[in-house]
Amino acid sequence: MQYQSQAVAKPYFIAALGLFAGQILFGLIMGLQYVMGDFLFPEIPFNVARMVHTNLLIVWLLFGFMGAAYYMVPEESEREIHSPKLALALFWIFLIAGALTIVGYLAVPYATLAKITGNDLLPTMGREFLEQPTITKIGIVIVVLGFLFNITMTVLKGRKTVVSSVMLIGFWGLAIFFLFSFYNPENLVLDKYFWWWVVHLWVEGVWELILGSILAFVLIKVTGVDREVIEKWLYIIIAMTLITGIIGTGHHYYWIGAPEYWQVLGSIFSALEPIPFFMMAVFAFNMVNQRRREHPNKAATLWALGTAVMAFLGAGVWGFLHTLAPVNFYTHGSQITAAHGHMAFYGAYVMIVLCIISYSMPLMRGRAAANPPKAQVVEMWAFWVMTISMVFITLFLTGAGILQIWLQRMGDTPMSFMAGQDQIALFYWLREIAGVGFLIGLITYFISFFVGGEEQAS
Amino acid sequence: MNKVDTISAPHPKGYYPPGDFAIWFFIYAELLAFGVFFVTYAFARTYNVEMFNASQLELNRTAGAINTVLLITSSYFVIRAVAAIREDQQNLCVKWLFAAIFLGGMFLVVKIIEFKAKFAAGISLSTNTFYTFYFSMTVFHFMHVILGMIILGAVMLKARRGGYSSQEHTGVETGASYWHMVDLVWIILFPLVYVIR
Repeated sequence: MQYQSQAVAKPYFIAALGLFAGQILFGLIMGLQYVMGDFLFPEIPFNVARMVHTNLLIVWLLFGFMGAAYYMVPEESEREIHSPKLALALFWIFLIAGALTIVGYLAVPYATLAKITGNDLLPTMGREFLEQPTITKIGIVIVVLGFLFNITMTVLKGRKTVVSSVMLIGFWGLAIFFLFSFYNPENLVLDKYFWWWVVHLWVEGVWELILGSILAFVLIKVTGVDREVIEKWLYIIIAMTLITGIIGTGHHYYWIGAPEYWQVLGSIFSALEPIPFFMMAVFAFNMVNQRRREHPNKAATLWALGTAVMAFLGAGVWGFLHTLAPVNFYTHGSQITAAHGHMAFYGAYVMIVLCIISYSMPLMRGRAAANPPKAQVVEMWAFWVMTISMVFITLFLTGAGILQIWLQRMGDTPMSFMAGQDQIALFYWLREIAGVGFLIGLITYFISFFVGGEEQAS
Repeated sequence: MNKVDTISAPHPKGYYPPGDFAIWFFIYAELLAFGVFFVTYAFARTYNVEMFNASQLELNRTAGAINTVLLITSSYFVIRAVAAIREDQQNLCVKWLFAAIFLGGMFLVVKIIEFKAKFAAGISLSTNTFYTFYFSMTVFHFMHVILGMIILGAVMLKARRGGYSSQEHTGVETGASYWHMVDLVWIILFPLVYVIR
């Protein structure tokens, strides 16, 4: 670790991993509720489990991204973080606010939560992924603004690099687009229209910039390839991300009441969204093949390659699968969407956070360059178990989705929703088994932090 | 050696494609993007040929033709700029690049006049499928002309600082390659959308 203040990333990463475990537990609860409808009812109804599962994902990824920024920015800017104390204070505010929100979801009915948090003063609740009480949303804005101030000041005072600039643009975009979560028009079409400005422009826009910058940072470190080469690729990747991703928002506008031309624009631009992910995969493998050093942290390199491949498959290929308007007419909101969502989030965002944790944690825990080989072997096992489990979750959900569409939306006498769900229960059971596999992978991952041994000389 | 020979002479290092390899990745991605547009346009047209033909007649073909000449000429200027830097004539290179950027700007002006006329006539993305494609493709290409001008501008500024020579001018070739792509796309777009019926 070159700068003392990089250490503030550590609590962020630890919190991220803790919340990750919570997310997986609620995923398993919900997966079981798919086939045993009254499991844990009335304590944890399905809608609550789903809300906790998705909200925890978003929050822990934000913890991971912020941790990544606090770790990377000092090295990129060649100076200490502007205010490490502010970073730590914001950490606690974010953690406590996040925990209270989750407790609120679980302890009281959602309507009661809305009432006691004063949602009627500025109604923003009740929308998928943006379920957080308004005061939590305001808290998120305060935390993100404080965070932006902290890293922007650090970058402005220090060395400016493409990696830190791209990361900053990503975070500023993240903050700006989140503001649309406060816009809650009466008109449902307008509501959905701008709701996607948060949801889509996050995950298929600005988050990709954060992903690209973290990937570039780790690749510079582990491969020793010239910064200029890596930065050039980063430029092209983010250009393609923005060219395809921004208008690609149109693939959510097909059936919500927006003008018809979105079917053309959304289909074409979103069909091209796999390109930046494909470039990322080519880029990652190229850089590793051209490496100028043998970095002892093999696990971090594996995560870097893994995220590039899985993001291409999950976000790129599985996204393309159902993005064209004539196809989406049948697949919209089916289990195909769930399949895509799982692999895309895991491949693009979970794996990149685990990648930067894998690279930086050993250094923050006092290692010279990497964990001992034994610990890395366990971590790489965890990589494969989690990744293969996620591949199976995705495949089973895709199977469920195809069958669901066939039974429920095609033919002369389509089945009702619930009758169709009964028919695909087998796929849901298989998905749950794959989910247990993922949990085993996650436990293995946690164990890897406690495996000791001698560090390999770098 | 006369100038024509210089242009057609192989790159001193003898490698292909010219310019930075990364820009070619970008160029192919862009060509794919436009290619998808062109193919979708063709398919959409088959569903309603009459409507497409009728709307097509409303377009300003003169403006389109002027713009075609402007872009092809600017591409030629970019070739002159590359030829100039291969002979270490940095000032000349800057001048040719400036001329190319200027013509790019002229293209934008003509296009804006064309768009204004369409909007004034109450025509928009929603008018019909033809205009959805017309506006999507021409605006998307318009943005590429701007990006191309920014790239050429960056190259020109570096050339003015003496950043390139006959030995090292990958940047000039990189910018030139991108600009030719912008030109090439228009050469396909113009007949496809404005002319062919």
